[in-house]
Amino acid sequence: METKTKKYTYKDFASDQEIRWCPGCDDYVILRSVQKALADLEIPKEDVVFISGIGCSSRFPYYMDTYGMHGIHGRAPAIASGVKLANPDLSVWVITGDGDSLAIGGNHFIHVLRRNIDLNMILFNNRIYGLTKGQFSPTSFVGQKTKSSPYGNTQPPFHAGELAIGAQARFFARVAGNMPAEMAEIFTAAGRFEGTSLIEVLQNCVIFNDGCYAEYTDKSVRADKQLYVEHGKPMIFGKDRDKGLVLEGLRLRVVKLGENGVTPEDILVHDACEQDPTLHQMLIRLEDPLVTGIIRSYGDVTFEQREDALTRQVKSNSDFRKTDDLFFSGETYEVH
Amino acid sequence: MPKSNYAMIKTSPEARDIQSLEAVVVRFVGDSGDGMQLTGTQFTDTSAMFGNDVATFPNYPSEIRAPQGSLYGVSGYQVHIGSIEVSTPGDNVDLLVAMNPAGLKTNLYAVKPGHTIIADSDSFTKKNLEKAQYETNPLRDGSLENYRVIEVAMTSLTKEALKGVEGLDNKSITRSKNMFALGMVYWMYHRSPEHTIDFFRKKFRKQPHLIEANTKVLNAGYYYSETLELIPNSYSIAPAKMPSGTYRVIMGNTATAWGFLAAAEKSGRELFLGSYPITPASEILHELVKHKHFGVKTLQAEDEIAGISSAIGAAFAGDLAITTTSGPGLALKGEALGLALMLELPLVVVDVQRGGPSTGLPTKTEQSDLLQAMYGRNGDSPLIVIAASTPANCFHFAFEACRLALEHMTPVILMTDGYIANGSAPWKIESAASLPEIGNRILREAREDWQPYQRDPETLARSWVLPGTPGLEHRLGGLEKDNPTGNVSYVPGNHEEMTRIRSEKIRRVQHRIPDVVPEFASEGDLLVVGWGGTYGALHTAVKQMQQEGYGNIGLAHFNYINPLPGNTGEVLRAFKKILVCELNTGQFAKLLRINFSGLEPEQFNKVQGLPFGNDELMDKFKQLLS
Repeated sequence: METKTKKYTYKDFASDQEIRWCPGCDDYVILRSVQKALADLEIPKEDVVFISGIGCSSRFPYYMDTYGMHGIHGRAPAIASGVKLANPDLSVWVITGDGDSLAIGGNHFIHVLRRNIDLNMILFNNRIYGLTKGQFSPTSFVGQKTKSSPYGNTQPPFHAGELAIGAQARFFARVAGNMPAEMAEIFTAAGRFEGTSLIEVLQNCVIFNDGCYAEYTDKSVRADKQLYVEHGKPMIFGKDRDKGLVLEGLRLRVVKLGENGVTPEDILVHDACEQDPTLHQMLIRLEDPLVTGIIRSYGDVTFEQREDALTRQVKSNSDFRKTDDLFFSGETYEVH
Repeated sequence: MPKSNYAMIKTSPEARDIQSLEAVVVRFVGDSGDGMQLTGTQFTDTSAMFGNDVATFPNYPSEIRAPQGSLYGVSGYQVHIGSIEVSTPGDNVDLLVAMNPAGLKTNLYAVKPGHTIIADSDSFTKKNLEKAQYETNPLRDGSLENYRVIEVAMTSLTKEALKGVEGLDNKSITRSKNMFALGMVYWMYHRSPEHTIDFFRKKFRKQPHLIEANTKVLNAGYYYSETLELIPNSYSIAPAKMPSGTYRVIMGNTATAWGFLAAAEKSGRELFLGSYPITPASEILHELVKHKHFGVKTLQAEDEIAGISSAIGAAFAGDLAITTTSGPGLALKGEALGLALMLELPLVVVDVQRGGPSTGLPTKTEQSDLLQAMYGRNGDSPLIVIAASTPANCFHFAFEACRLALEHMTPVILMTDGYIANGSAPWKIESAASLPEIGNRILREAREDWQPYQRDPETLARSWVLPGTPGLEHRLGGLEKDNPTGNVSYVPGNHEEMTRIRSEKIRRVQHRIPDVVPEFASEGDLLVVGWGGTYGALHTAVKQMQQEGYGNIGLAHFNYINPLPGNTGEVLRAFKKILVCELNTGQFAKLLRINFSGLEPEQFNKVQGLPFGNDELMDKFKQLLS
C-alpha cells in the first residue's frame, strides 16, 4: 500500500490532549501499544486515520496525533468504510467497544467484516458499559450483577470472535490488555494485513468490572490459563511449557507432554492462514486455556480491490469520459 | 427525430377527419405485468422527439406482482403532450387505454365525458369481471354510453399477428399485446412507430425473434386503427414552441443523479454515494452505480444509517459525498446528520418524499417531510434545505445542493418527491461548459496558525483539510468543539457561541442564493405560494386563472427553504391574501408564520398521496377572490 515510509517513535503519535481515562485503566496500555505499532509500521502519520464510535474507548482518536474522528454510537465501521473507499491510500483504524460494536453497532460490525474492507478494528472488550456508568453489555456473563442487572444478568453473551467468524472475518486476534508487547506485535500484523482485521482486547475496567479477566490475565496464572498461539508453531503452553492441544474427534483437548506417551510432535500446529475457520472457531470457544494471539489471518481479496478491478473494466469498456458524453448520448432531439 | 423509413405504411387519414389539438392526455392502464410503464414511456419519448412538450405520471402499486386482474394490482401511466407548454401530466384524460376490467373500473373516473376508451375486449371475461367486482360487463350493459368506447380483441389479434414467428411461448405472445395498443395510439395521434422499433432493435439485440415479434404486433395495431371504421378521426398535435437547443426526456430521479455527476466533474471531487434502497429514491442509486466510468463510487450499505455514515467518512476524506433516501430513511439518518453538521463537512442528503408517517404510502407522493428536514434532529441543528420543483430541474437543484455543501461546508438536504422523481419531462441538456464553477474550502498547505474551526469571515465556513495532508493532522467529533481549536469543550459560553455560529452560518447562505421571483403578478389580491414538486400544478392553475381574466393573482414558488430567499417577506406582503398550497397539513405555512410575524396565510392542503388537480386549485382561488 505505502511506498513512502518514515521513522517514528511512539511519542510522535501522542497528541497534546490530556488523557482522561481512569487511572489504572488498560486503555493507557492499549494506547501506548498502538503508538508503538504505528512507529513500527513506518506509515507517514498524515496518512493514518482513527475513527471511533461512543464509549470510553472511543475517546481514543483525541489522544493520537493523526487524523481522527470521534463518531456516533456504533457507526465507526461505516464511517471508516467511507474514509477508506474515498482514499484507499490511508491507513484506517477503528476503535470500538463491546457495547459500541456488539450492541448498537452490531449491524455495521458484521457487514464490515463480510465486505473485507482494509480496516483495522480494535475492540476494547471490558464486558461492561463504562461511560454510562456500569450497565451490563452484550459480553457480560449470565448472572453478572451490574447497575441494570442488580439481581444478575439474564442475557447470554456473545463471543466477539465467534460472531466475527460467522460474519466471514479473515483476521481475528485476541489479546489481554495487560500484555503490551504482544499487543504491539498483533497491531503491527493487523496493520500489514490487507482486509478487515479485528483485534479483541480483553480490557479490565477498574471502576465497574475490576478483575473481569483476572482468572486468565493475572500474572500468577496466565502462563497456565492462556495459550498464546503463533502461526506455524505447536500450541504448547503452561508455566513449564508442558501442556498442549490435540484434536480428539470434534473437540480440542489439553494433554500433558510426556504423559501417556505424548510427544511435542503430537501437538497441533497453529495454522492461522487456513481458509476453513472450523479450527479457529474451536480455539475461540475454548475457555481453559483461553486462546490469545492471532487466531485467524486468512488473506483474501478486499472489497476495494474488487471495486477497483470492476471500475477499471467498466472504464475500459466505456466511451464516456466526461458528463457531456453521457448527457448528449442516446435519444436526444433538437428544438430550433 | 430519426429519419423515418416507415413510409411504407404511411397512412392516409385524409379519408377521415383530422382534428388539430393543443394538448391531449392519454392514460394506459392494465395489470402490473401488462407493461403499461413501458408503453407509456415509449409514447412519451416518441412525442417528445416529435417536438411536443410532455409531462408524465406513472402510478403503480407497491406490490411487485399483485394478483392478476385485481383492483389493487392496476398499474397506470399517464402522459400529457402538447403543442403548448405542458407543466403537469393533466387531471382528466382524453384517451384511456384499458387492458383489463380492473383498469377500467379504477380509472373511469378520470375520463372526460364524451371522450375515448380503448378496451381489450378479450380480457373482459367472466373471471376478470368478477375480480374487478363488476356484476355485469360494462362493455355490454350501457354504463359507458357517455363515452366513445372502442372495443378491440387485442389478445386474439396479437396472437394472430404472431402466427408463424418462431421461438415464442404463449406467455410472451400475450405479453406483447401492449404493443398492439401502442400501435393503435400511434396511428390516432399521427406518431411514427419508428422510434419504438429502434428501441426493440437495441433492447433485443441478442434475441432477434423478439424484435420481429414486437415490431409485428406494433404494426398490427397501427394498421388496425387505420382500417378500423370504429375510429372516426385522428388527431394531430403540432410541435411546441420551446427554447432552442438539444433536449432529451428525463425522469426526475435520473436528473438528480446526473446533477451529482455534473457537480463532481465541475468541483473536481470524486463522487461517493452511500445508500440503502428505499422507494421512491432507489433509482438514484441504480443510475449512479452505472457510472463507474466517471469514477463514481457507490456503496449499497447495510442500512440507512450506514449509508449516511459512510458518506460522512467519504466527505472527511475528500469526496463529494451523497446519501439518498425517503422519509423513513431520513428519520433513521437524523443522528448522523447532526454529526455531519457538528463536523461541518460537506454532505448532500436527498429525500425523495412519499406519503407518511411510518411506512405510509411508499409509491405515492406527499410533501410532509418538510419539518422533519428542517428540525428532525436533536439539539439546535440548522442546515440548508432546498427543493426541486420539476423532473427536469432536479438536475439543477442536485448540482446546487453540491455547490452549497462544498462552498459552505455544511450538510444540505435536497427534497424532491415521488411525483417529480418518477415523472418525466423534456430537459434542455446542460453541458458542463454552461454550468457554473463550484468552489471548495480545501486547504492543502500546512500553516502555523491554522485551527480546525477557523472560519471564512464572510460565509463562516471552516476549511476542509483532507487526511493525507502533512502537518495538519487534527481530530473532529460529535462532542462540542472549542472555538476555534476544535478541541472538546464543555465551557458553557463556548457552547452558546458555537450554537449561534452554526445558525448564523446557515443564515448567511441567503447572500448566495437567488431571490424568489413571483410569476404573473408582483402585487395584487391573491398570491399563491408553493414549494417543491407542486410547481407544475400551481403554475398551470394560476396561468389558467390569468387566461380567464383574473389579473390580480400571482404565484411565488419556493426552491430555497432554509434559508428562505432574502426578498421573501417583501414578495409576500405585496398581496392582500396569501394562499399556501402544499401536499401536507400546512408545514410550509407554519414556517412562513414563524419567519414573518403578522403574516396570516390561508392554506390549501391535500394529503391523498396524489398531486393537486387543476379544478380543485382554481375553485379555491376563485373562492378566495370572490
